[in-house]
Amino acid sequence: MSANTLSLTLQIWRQEGPNTTGAFETHNVSGIPDDASFLEMLDVLNENLIEAGKIPIEFPHDCREGICGTCGVMINGRAHGQEKGTAVCQLHMRKFNDGDTIAIEPWRATAFPVIKDLVVDRSALDHIVASGGFVSAPTGTAADANDTPIPKEVADSAMDAAACIGCGACVAACPNSAGQLFTSAKLWHLNSLPQGQPERFRRTEAMVDTMESFFGSCTNHGECSEACPKEISLDFIAYMNRDYVKSKVFNRKLASQK
Amino acid sequence: MTETATLDSKVPEGPMAEKWDNHKFKIKLVNPANKRKFRILVVGTGLAGSSAAATLAELGYDVEAFTFHDTPRRAHSIAAQGGINAAKNYQNDGDSVHRLFYDTVKGGDYRSREANVHRLAQVSVDIIDQMAAQGVPFAREYGGLLDNRSFGGAQVSRTFYARGQTGQQLLLGAYQQMMRQVGLGKVKLHTRMDMQELVMKDGEAVGIVCRNLVTGEISSHSGHAVVLATGGYGNVFYLSTNAMSCNVTAAWRAHRKGAFFANPSYTQIHPTCIPAADEFQSKLTLMSESLRNDGRIWVPRDPDEKRIAADIPEAERYYFLEEKYPAFGNLVPRDVASRNAKTVVDQGLGVGPLKNGVYLDFAESISRDGLDKVWERYSNLFEMYERITGEDPRETPMRIYPATHYTMGGLWVDYNLMTTIPGLYAAGEANFSDHGANRLGASALMQGLADGYFVLPYTIGDSLAPKLGTAPVSLDDEVFIEAETEVRDRISKFLSIKGTKSPDYFHRELGKLVWNYIGMERDQNGLEKAISEIRALQEEFWTDLRVLGGTDTINSSLEKAGRVADFFELGELMARDALNRAESCGGHFRSESQTPEGEALRNDEDFAHVSAWQWIDENTPQVEHREQLDFVEVPLTQRSYK
Repeated sequence: MSANTLSLTLQIWRQEGPNTTGAFETHNVSGIPDDASFLEMLDVLNENLIEAGKIPIEFPHDCREGICGTCGVMINGRAHGQEKGTAVCQLHMRKFNDGDTIAIEPWRATAFPVIKDLVVDRSALDHIVASGGFVSAPTGTAADANDTPIPKEVADSAMDAAACIGCGACVAACPNSAGQLFTSAKLWHLNSLPQGQPERFRRTEAMVDTMESFFGSCTNHGECSEACPKEISLDFIAYMNRDYVKSKVFNRKLASQK
Repeated sequence: MTETATLDSKVPEGPMAEKWDNHKFKIKLVNPANKRKFRILVVGTGLAGSSAAATLAELGYDVEAFTFHDTPRRAHSIAAQGGINAAKNYQNDGDSVHRLFYDTVKGGDYRSREANVHRLAQVSVDIIDQMAAQGVPFAREYGGLLDNRSFGGAQVSRTFYARGQTGQQLLLGAYQQMMRQVGLGKVKLHTRMDMQELVMKDGEAVGIVCRNLVTGEISSHSGHAVVLATGGYGNVFYLSTNAMSCNVTAAWRAHRKGAFFANPSYTQIHPTCIPAADEFQSKLTLMSESLRNDGRIWVPRDPDEKRIAADIPEAERYYFLEEKYPAFGNLVPRDVASRNAKTVVDQGLGVGPLKNGVYLDFAESISRDGLDKVWERYSNLFEMYERITGEDPRETPMRIYPATHYTMGGLWVDYNLMTTIPGLYAAGEANFSDHGANRLGASALMQGLADGYFVLPYTIGDSLAPKLGTAPVSLDDEVFIEAETEVRDRISKFLSIKGTKSPDYFHRELGKLVWNYIGMERDQNGLEKAISEIRALQEEFWTDLRVLGGTDTINSSLEKAGRVADFFELGELMARDALNRAESCGGHFRSESQTPEGEALRNDEDFAHVSAWQWIDENTPQVEHREQLDFVEVPLTQRSYK
C-alpha cells in the first residue's frame, strides 16, 4: 500500500502474424501505481494506444490470479520476469524502479509459433496430453473412492506434480526449447498413483514420443524449474527418464506377445 | 405480464428419493449402435463442458467441443480454491444425501427447485468416486483415506479438496478425460472458437456460428443438439473474481433466440476479497473464506481515523459482526458478512488508501495460538495477500471487501437441463441451477460435474431419440447463411462506429452502475435509475465506441466489444428482475423488505417462484414468466443468525 507511481520505457515485441517478421517497438508509460500488476500496466499502455488511435498490443492473459496458465511473456529475457515462483499476472510493479527500461517478448520456441505480438500457439502441449496424459476411467465405472487408500506422501507427491499450470514457461526458459518439465510433471502425477498403474508404461512411451516430435532435447540445464511459476521439481524429469527406459522394455514385451 | 403455462419443469412424479431413478427409467434411450448417428455440439470446456463432452463421447455420440481459450484447461473452473461437497459421510458425522439436499435448499433461501437439488445431492457421491478413479490427487489422511473439511459454515465435514487448488485438479481430471476422447478421435476439439450465434430452424436449436479468434473466420457448425456450458456472467460487474474473458455472450445469444433467462439478479458476492487498490485495477482476487475462522473483522469507530491499525485502542474499534451477531460473530453467512461490510464502508468507516475495505485482523489468534500455528494454517493465503498488496498480514491486518464471485441466475432449464428451446441444453454455472438465491461454498464444482457427468448424458437422449434417421441441418441451409450474415454485420458494426472510447471504458462504467444499483443492496429508486442510466450509457456505446484493427487476426478489443454489448442488455434485465423481486432473499437485500432489526425479510407468499424472462425484441422489454416453487421436503423457514 503506497502511492508511488512509476514512469517506464517499454520495449515490446510487435509481430503481425506467424509468417511476418517482428520487431521491438518502444513505448513510454507514466503514472503507473506500484500496486498495479504487470498486466495492468500493459492495460494502461493499451488504453493509451487506443486513445492515440494506435492498434493495442495483444498479450495472453485471463484469470490474473496465477492458476489458469494463459499468461506468460519474457521480461528482460526471463520467463514470467525475475520473481521466483510467480506468473506474470502476479508480478507487481513495486518490484520495478521508476525510470526502468523493460524488454517484453513472447515465448521463444519452435513449437510455440507467434500468433500475434506476445501471443503464441501452445497447442503442442495439448497433443502430449491427448496421446496419453489421462487415466482411462469412463464415467460410471468407478468403485468407491475409499476402496483404494493412497498413502498421504504419495498423494502429496502427485499433487506437487499436478500443480503445473501448463503455461509453457519451462519451454521458453530452456535453451533447447525442451518440453521435459511439463511432460514429466503430468507423467509423475499419474504414474505415481495406484489409478495410473495399468497404463503407466504405455502412457510414458506415448507422451515422451509425442513430446519429442514437437520439442527439443533436455540437457539438464534446470532453467525450466527456475522459471516455473509453480516451482515444479526437476526430479520429475529423472522419474520420467527411468519410466521411459522401463517402458521400452515393458512395451516391447507386450508387443512380442501379440 | 406473467403466465406459467409455457414453463414445464418436467419434474417426475413419485417420492423425492425415487424421482431420479424413475425418470432415468422412463425417458427415451438411444440404442448404443445409434448414438454415433447423433452429433452434439458442446460449447465451453470448463467442468461441465469437458465432463459432458467426455462422457457423451464415451457413450458413442459424435461430439464437437468448442472453447474460446487456447486450450480447454484454461476455463475458469480452474480458479476454484476451496473444495467440492459430496454426501459421502466418510467422517461418520451424520451426513447423508438428505442432509446435503436439505442444506442446499435452505442455504439457497428456498428459491431452488427441490427435485433438482435432491438429484444433485444423490449424484454428488458418484463424482468423488469418478474423480478419484481419474487420478485427482485429493488431500488424504495418513491412513490413505480421503480427507474432508467443514466449509462455509456447514455442520458436517463433507468437503473434499486438493490443497487450495481443487478447481484446478478437478478441471484437469475432466480435461484429461476429454483429451483422451480427442486422441481417440471421438471428440473434435475446436480451440480459440468464440460462439457468436445460436442457429434455429423450425423452433429448434440446430447449430452455432463461431468466430475463429486467430484468423477471424466465421464458421457454422451443425448438430442434433447444442449444450451450452459457458459459465456465469459475473463480469457484468467489471470488477469481479472472474477471469478477464468470462462473459455472457453464448447464453445471451441463445436468450435472444428464445431461451428464457432465469433469475438474472441472483449473483453471489464473496465477502473476503482484496479491495481494489487503484482506478486501473482489472480484477479482484478472492481470499479463502476459511480466514474468517481466525480473523476478527473490524473498522475504526472514527471515520477520520488516521492511525495505523495497531495503534488504535480496543475501545475505538468497531467489531461490527461480533457486536451485531454475537452467536455467529465473524462466521455469519457470506451475504450477511458482505452486506455489513458494505454498510460500514458506505458510512465512511472504510480502511485503506481508498477507504474501501474492512480489517481482517489475526493479531488475537497469533497471540493466542502462536504465530507458527496461524502460519501453518494460512501461509499460502498470507503469501498471496502479501504478493498482491505488499503488506504482511502477520504484522498488519488484512484489508478485505466483498466482490462478485458467482452467478446463480442463468438460462432456465427443466429437469432434463433443456432450455425453453428444444435441442438446446445448459449445464454448470450457465444454467439457473440448483443454488436458488445463494450458493453454498464448495457446491459450484459439485454442480458443474453433476450436470456434465451424471445428468446431461442421460437426459439428452430423451430429445434425441425421436430424431433418429435425420441428418444435422445442412450448412448450406438458409438458416446458417442468415446467421453468419448477422454475425458479420454485428462485427462490422463495432468497427464502423469509429468513436473515441475503448470497450474497456464502457465495461468499467457499466460495472459501476451494476455494482452500485444492482449489487447486494437494492431499492426501487436505485433500480429504476439503473435502467435509465444503463440505457444512456448503452446509447453512448453504440455511438462512441472505438475498436481499432481488423477482423482477420487476433483482436481482443473486438472480442471485448461484443461481450460488453451483451453485458449492457443483461445489466438492464438484471435491474428489471431485481425490481420485480421486491423481497430480500439469499444474498440480495431489498431495502424495502427488512425486519424491524434491519435483517433480510423474505416474502414467500409473493416470491416463491423462479422468474424466467422471455426476449421479445430490442425495443420491447422482456416478459416475465413464473415457475412456482413448492417446498414439500424442506419446510419454509426464515434464516436467522442472531
